[in-house]
Amino acid sequence: MNLTDTLLFASGSLRGARSRTLLMILAMSIGVAAVVILTALGEGARRYVVGQFSSLGSNLVIVLPGRSETAGVNPGMLLGQTERDIVLDDAQALLRSTAVRRIAPLTIGTALASHGARNREVVVLGSTADLLPIRHMELAQGQFLPAIDMQSASPVCVLGAKIKRELFGSEAAVGAWLHLGDRRFRVIGVLASQGESMGMNTDDLVVVPVASAHMLFNTQALFRVLVEAKSRDLIARAQKDAEDIMMQQHGGERDVTVITQDAVLATFDRILHALTLAVGGIAAISLSVAGVLIMNVMLIAVAQRTQEIGLLKALGAPSSEIRRLFFAEAVLLSGIGSMAGLLLGEIGSAVIGQFYPALPVSAPWWAVLAAFGTALGTGILFSVWPARRAAQLDPVLALARR
Amino acid sequence: MIEFADVSRIFMVGGQEVPALRNINLHLVAGEYVSIMGPSGSGKSTLLNLIGLLDRPSSGMYRLDGLDVTTLDDEHQAQVRREKIGFVFQFFHLVPRLSAAMNIELPLILAGVPPQERKERVGQLLESYGLADRAGHRPDQLSGGQRQRVAIARATIMRPAVLLADEPTGNLDQTTGKEVMSLLEQLVGQGVALILVTHDPALGQRAARQLQMVDGRIVSDTRNISQA
Ligand SMILES: Nc1ncnc2c1ncn2[C@@H]1O[C@H](COP(=O)(O)OP(=O)(O)OP(=O)(O)O)[C@@H](O)[C@H]1O
Ligand SMILES: [Mg+2]
Repeated sequence: MNLTDTLLFASGSLRGARSRTLLMILAMSIGVAAVVILTALGEGARRYVVGQFSSLGSNLVIVLPGRSETAGVNPGMLLGQTERDIVLDDAQALLRSTAVRRIAPLTIGTALASHGARNREVVVLGSTADLLPIRHMELAQGQFLPAIDMQSASPVCVLGAKIKRELFGSEAAVGAWLHLGDRRFRVIGVLASQGESMGMNTDDLVVVPVASAHMLFNTQALFRVLVEAKSRDLIARAQKDAEDIMMQQHGGERDVTVITQDAVLATFDRILHALTLAVGGIAAISLSVAGVLIMNVMLIAVAQRTQEIGLLKALGAPSSEIRRLFFAEAVLLSGIGSMAGLLLGEIGSAVIGQFYPALPVSAPWWAVLAAFGTALGTGILFSVWPARRAAQLDPVLALARR
Repeated sequence: MIEFADVSRIFMVGGQEVPALRNINLHLVAGEYVSIMGPSGSGKSTLLNLIGLLDRPSSGMYRLDGLDVTTLDDEHQAQVRREKIGFVFQFFHLVPRLSAAMNIELPLILAGVPPQERKERVGQLLESYGLADRAGHRPDQLSGGQRQRVAIARATIMRPAVLLADEPTGNLDQTTGKEVMSLLEQLVGQGVALILVTHDPALGQRAARQLQMVDGRIVSDTRNISQA
C-alpha cells in the first residue's frame, strides 16, 4: 500500500465517522489556539513594556536617592548616618560628565489646583525645560517650561491634557491663571495627550519649574534625576560618571542608586519572556489533554472497527499496514486540528488586538512552531497504543463477530 | 497444493483446553472443489481459518505449495493471503462506508497495484459479475445477493489459487443462494480451488469432494464419482 493510498484510506475512515473526527479536531484546535493566543498575549505584553520604555526616552540613566538593597548593606546605614538627599547642585554637577547630553531633575508632589470654581487634586512635577526632549513629550498648545537656570523659580506651569479639560473645559487655558496650593501660576502650555506611560500619566500632570516646586512643597530633595547620555555607547560611561560625581558631591559616600533604563528594560524583558513561556507551557498542557482525548477516541474507534481491521488482515494487510493506517489517521487528525488551531489562534489574537489596540498581540514564531509541533507530537504519541492494539487484533475473532 | 500433517488446534478457555481440531491430515490439490460439512462446533471454521492463515495451528505442519507457511512471519503470511487466498464470509464483511467498486478494489490497494490498473480490473470484474450499475452503491444500498457477489468479486480480484467460503449462502434466500453458488462454481470451472463450508447437504453434495467433520476430526472423505 503506497503513501497516497494510505492517506486516502485514512481520510476516508475519518470522513466515515464525522462527529468523532470533528470533535477531535475541535479538541486539538482549541489546544493549539490556546497556546497561540496566550503566547501572543505574553509576547504582546512584553513588546508593550519595551515600547513604553522607549517612549520614556532613549539612552536614559536614572539617579535616585538611596542605595538599593541589591548593592549590599550600606556602611553608612550601619553607622546610623542618614542618606543625603539629592539636591539641585548635585543635578547640576552631573552635567560635568562629557558623556551626558542633558539632565532633568524631578520633584514630585500633589497639590490642590483650582481655576475659578473648579478645583481638583493634581500631581505636580517640578522639572526643567530639558524634560520635554528627554521624556519625548509633546505639546498641544503654547510652550514648555522656559530654559531658565534650574535654581530660579518662575510662576508658570504646563498642563496635562486631562487637567486642562477638567479645569478649563473648552475655555482657553494658555495665558490663564491657575492656583496650586496657595500660589498662582500662569499657564503657558498644554501637553499633547499621550496616555499612560510606565505608570505615569502625563495627561494627569501639572509641570512647573523645579525651583518653584521646591518652594511649593517646601523641600530641597529631588525625587530623581533623569540623565540622557550622548549616545547608546556612552550609557555605561554616563552611569559610571554619575556614580563618581554623586560620590564626590556626597563626601565620598555612595548613597545614591544609578540605574540605566537598559538594565531595567532587560529585566522586564526577561521576566515577561519567562511569563510568556510559562503561560505557553500551561496552554501546552491543554494540548496533551487533547492528546489523551485522541487516544481515548482512537481506542474506541479500534473497538468499533474490529471487523474492518480483521477484514483488512484477511485481505492481506500485515499488522504493520494496520498500524500505519491508524497512524495516518492520527497524523491527519492532529495535522488538520493544529491547522484549524493556528487559524483560530490568529483570529483570536486579531480580535483581542481589536479590543486592546495598545497591545501588540501577535504570537511569536517559536510559539506557533512549538504549538504545531506539540499538537502533531501528542497526536502521534497518543495514537501509538491504539494503533498497536489494532495491529495485534486477532482477525479470526474480529471476523467471527457480527 | 494444501498439505496438513497432524495439525491440531487447541484453544485455551479459562485455563481449560478446548481442542477444536485434532490431528488433521489432509491433502488438497489445485483446482479442487471441496465441501466441509458437520455439526456446529465440529471445527469447520477453525480448519478454514488455518488454511487461510488467519490462525496458527497449535501443533503439526501446514504446507502451501510446498512451503511450510506456519513458520512465516506476519509480513510474509499476509503476503501469502494477499496473493493466494480469497475469503468469502457468511456475513459478507464489506466495509460499510466504501462503495461496491472500492470494496472490490481494496485487495489491489493493499497489494500496491497502480490506480490505473486497479480501475480497469475492478471495472472488468463488476461487468462480468453483473454489478456494473451498482459500482457506486454502498453495501447498505445493495441486496444480500448483490453484497455477496461484491464480496466474491473482492475475493477473486487478486486471482487467488484458493477460495475459502464459510457458509456463503447462510444469509441468503434459496434463489439468491443458488445464484451465488453458480457464480462460485463458475470460478471452479476456471481452475480456482473452492473450499466450501456449509450446513446444507444438498449444496455439499455438489462438490467433487466432501469432508465430514465431527468433534475436531475428519470422519469421512468421499469423492463424487459422477462429477469426477
Ligand atoms: N477463539 C476461540 N476460543 C475458544 N474456543 C474456540 C474459539 N474458536 C472456536 N472455538 C471452539 O472450537 C470449536 C470449533 O469451533 P468452530 O467455529 O470451528 O466450529 P464450526 O464447525 O465452524 O461451527 P459452526 O457450524 O457453528 O460455525 C468449538 O467448540 C468452539 O467453541
Ligand atoms: Mg463456523
